[in-house]
Amino acid sequence: MMEGPLNLVITGVGGQGNVVASHIFASAASKDGFNVSVGETYGASQRGGAVMSHVRLSEKTQYGPLIPRGQAHIMLGFEPIECLRAVTGFGNRKTRVIVNPRPIYPIDVLSGVSKYPPIEDVLEAIKKLVSSVHVVEATELAKEAGNPIMQNIVLVGCLAGTEFTPVKIETLKEVIEETFAEKHPRANLKAFELGVEQIRRIKPI
Amino acid sequence: MSYIGIDEPGKRMLLMGNEAIARGALEAGVHFCSGYPGNPASEILTTLSDVAKEFDSYVEWSVNEIVALEAAGAAAISGLRALTAMKNLGADVCADFLMTANLSGTKGGFVLVTGDDPSAHSTTSELDTRNYARFAGIPLLEPATTQEAKDMTNWAFDLSEELEVICMIRTVTRLSHSRGVVTLGPIKPEKRSANFGFQDMWTSGSSRITCMLHSILHEKLKKAQAKFEESKFNWYVGKDDADFIIVTSGTGWLYSLEAVKLLELEEDVGILKLGTTWPLPEKLIASHLRHAKEVLFVEETDPFLEQNVKVLAADLAIEGFGPIRFYGKKSNSIRGEFGAGTGELDVDIVIQALTEIKELTYVPTEKEYISKAQELLSSIVPSRTMSFCAGCPHRASLWAIKKALKWDGRDGIVTGDIGCYSLAMLPTGFSVARTLQCMGAGIGTANGFGNLRRFGLNKPVVALTGDSTFYHACIPALINARWNGANLLLVVLDNNTTAMTGHQPHPGSGVNALGQSSSKVLIENICKGIGVEVQVCDPFNLDEAVQNLYEMLQTDGTKVMIFRHACPLAFPQEKKVRVYVDQDKCIGEECGCAKFCTRVFGCPGNIWDYEEGKAKIDETICNGCGFCAELCPEEAIIIEEVA
Repeated sequence: MMEGPLNLVITGVGGQGNVVASHIFASAASKDGFNVSVGETYGASQRGGAVMSHVRLSEKTQYGPLIPRGQAHIMLGFEPIECLRAVTGFGNRKTRVIVNPRPIYPIDVLSGVSKYPPIEDVLEAIKKLVSSVHVVEATELAKEAGNPIMQNIVLVGCLAGTEFTPVKIETLKEVIEETFAEKHPRANLKAFELGVEQIRRIKPI
Repeated sequence: MSYIGIDEPGKRMLLMGNEAIARGALEAGVHFCSGYPGNPASEILTTLSDVAKEFDSYVEWSVNEIVALEAAGAAAISGLRALTAMKNLGADVCADFLMTANLSGTKGGFVLVTGDDPSAHSTTSELDTRNYARFAGIPLLEPATTQEAKDMTNWAFDLSEELEVICMIRTVTRLSHSRGVVTLGPIKPEKRSANFGFQDMWTSGSSRITCMLHSILHEKLKKAQAKFEESKFNWYVGKDDADFIIVTSGTGWLYSLEAVKLLELEEDVGILKLGTTWPLPEKLIASHLRHAKEVLFVEETDPFLEQNVKVLAADLAIEGFGPIRFYGKKSNSIRGEFGAGTGELDVDIVIQALTEIKELTYVPTEKEYISKAQELLSSIVPSRTMSFCAGCPHRASLWAIKKALKWDGRDGIVTGDIGCYSLAMLPTGFSVARTLQCMGAGIGTANGFGNLRRFGLNKPVVALTGDSTFYHACIPALINARWNGANLLLVVLDNNTTAMTGHQPHPGSGVNALGQSSSKVLIENICKGIGVEVQVCDPFNLDEAVQNLYEMLQTDGTKVMIFRHACPLAFPQEKKVRVYVDQDKCIGEECGCAKFCTRVFGCPGNIWDYEEGKAKIDETICNGCGFCAELCPEEAIIIEEVA
C-alpha cells in the first residue's frame, strides 16, 4: 500500500482522551496486520497541558515513535488551537485535518493574560497550511451519543469514515467494544458511528 | 487470564514499553517486585501488581526507592528473582544501597529498571542514569524498541543470576510511554523457596574485604563484557567497510535508521546499534572503528557512549586505528533546542547532524511554509500552561495559603515539593511556592530558611508536601526541624493517593499494591509521635482553613497542617451536582476588578461567555466541587443536586 509509514497525529488537551483514541486506532491497525509505533506525550496529561500522540503505521519496517517535523499525513484535532499548534510543527501542504472546533480555554486565557482567537480565524489558519480541513462538532455528537466526553470516539469514527487510512471500520468497532466492555460499550459504538456518518455527510473547508 | 499474562508464545501484541518490561519480567518468572511511582517508569509495577495473584508473585509499592531496592535485594540474595523499577531521580535515592549491593552480589536474578526522562516531560532533571551503571560497576542494558524492552528484561535476570551481580536496564520516556508490536515468548514461572541460611553473609564488608569484593566485581564485569561481545542486542547494518558510522543505543537506533533512509545514505553510512552499553563490547566496537574514518554518536542525554568509545579509541591507537573524527555532543552535532546534551532526541536532530557533517541539503518543509506557520502560531495561538484539574483540592489549599500569608503580611516563604502541587510555582497555584528541588526538599530547605532569623531573615516559612511525598522523604526532615527548633509550618496536601503518577496507593491509603487492605499509617499520628503541633482541615472549608493557617503562623515552632481532601479523579464524588452561573446575579466584567472568578481562581471549568460578558461553567470540564460558588462575591454560582 505505502512505501513509508502513514503518520497520524492526535492532539488535544489533557483529559480529552487522547491516549485512549490513539490506543484504539493503533490496536485496530495492529489487528489488521500493520506494524505500529505510537509515541505519547502526556507528562502533563491530567494537568490541563497540551497532549499529542504520534501513531505510525507501516507494512514491514518498524519506525520510531516520533514523527519527523512536517511529516504528518493526517491530523486529528480534539481542540482547535492545539490542532493549529501541531499543524505548524508536523503538518505540510498535503496534510488532511479533522478537527473539533470546540475550544478548551487555557488558564492563560481565562486569567486574561492572553486571548483566545475567534474559532473561524483558527480554522482559517489551519486551512492555509494543509490540504483539507473537516470541521466536526464532535462534542455535540458525543452528547447525542450520551456523554460529551466521547468526542474522542466520535473523531476516531470520523477518521474511519474517510479514505485516509487503511484500517478497517469493523476492526475499529471490535476494539472499541473490547476497550469499553465494562464501561458503556453501546454509547461508545454510537459515538463512533455518528462520527462515521458525519464525516461522510460534510464537506471539508 | 490477564492480557499481559497471556501464555501464547509467538502472539503479536501492541504493548507499551513499560508493559513490555513487565512482560519480560513475567517471562523470566519474576518472584518479587518493588518500586516507587515515578514517570516514566510507573506502569511497570502497576502492570505487575495487576497480575501478582495470577502468577503468585509478590509486588509492593515501597515507601521510597531505597527501601524498594533493599527489599528486592533481600529477596534476590535469598535466591528469588527480583525486580525494582523507578524513575531516574529514584536512582539517586537508592544510590547509597546500590553502591554496596553491587559489591555484595546476589543469588537470584536482581534487576534494577530506571526510567530516564530526556526533555524532563514530568521530572525536575534530565539525569542520565547510565552513569550509575558505570559508577557502580554493574552491567547495563539499553532497549531500543518495545520488543527489546521485553526481551532484555527477560535476559537480564539470567545474566544477573549467572554473574551474581545486580543488572540495570535504562529506559527513557520515548520507550516507556511508546507502544509497539511485541512478539510474546513463553512464560517460565519457576517455584522457588527463599533461603537465607545460618552461614549466609551479605555485605560489602570493609577494608580488605571490600577491596577483595571490589576486585571480584571487576571480574564479573569482564565476564559480562565477554557475553556482550556475542549479544544479540548489538548489531551493525550497512556496508562492511563504511567510512562513516553511527554508534547508537536506545531510541537513537530507530531515529538513526529513519534519518539515514530519508537522506538516502544507506550506501555511505553504517549503523552500529548497541544494546549492552556497560561494559562496552570493546571487540565488537573495535571491529567497526577499524573501517571508520568518521563516527557520529546518537544517544539520549549524556555523551556516555561517546566518551567511553573515545577512551577505547585511545587504547586502540597503538594498534594503528584512526585517526577518526568523532561527532556527537562535544562537537555540538547532536543538539536540540537548548544545545547539545539537553532535551530528547528525535529523527530531525539526527538529520540535522548528518546534513551538517556531510554538507547535504534536506528540506522537510519549505522555508515559506515554516515562516507562514510561525507567523500564524505567534499571532493567534495562546500558550497553554499546565493547570490543576477541575475540582482539585490543591487549588483550594494553595488559595488558603496565599490568603493566610497575605493576612500575615510578612512576605512568607513557601518551599515547594514534588507532585501535582509542584504547580504551586505556576499561576494555577497562584505562584505561592518559590522553591522546587527534589522529593522532600520542601521541608528540608525549610529547615534552613526556618533557622535564619539570627542572620536577619525573619519571615514565616511554609513547606509544602503531598501525602505520598511525606512518607517518602519528609519524616527525617520533620524530626530535624523539631530537634533543632526550626520555625516552619509543614502543609501536607493529603489527597489520599499518589496522584501525579497515576493514583498509586501509599501507606496512608489503607490498601497496598496487591489490593489488600492495610491499616492506614496516619500522618497526624507520625507528627504527634515526633512531638509537633498538628491540625487537620478540609481545604474546601475555606474560612476555617485560612483562619487556622494564619493562627499557626503567629507563633514560633515546628507545626504541621494537613489539608485533607481526596483527589476527585481517583475518588469521584458520589453526589452528582450541576454547577451553573445565575446570569442575573453575575455582574460580569465589573466583578473584582474584571472577572474575579476566571481571572483569579483559574479553574478550567470556570470559563467566560464572551457573548454575554458573564461567567459560565463548562459542564464537560466541571467536576462539581463547588469551590467557585464559595468564592463568588455575588453568590451567582449555583450548585444544584441532580438525581
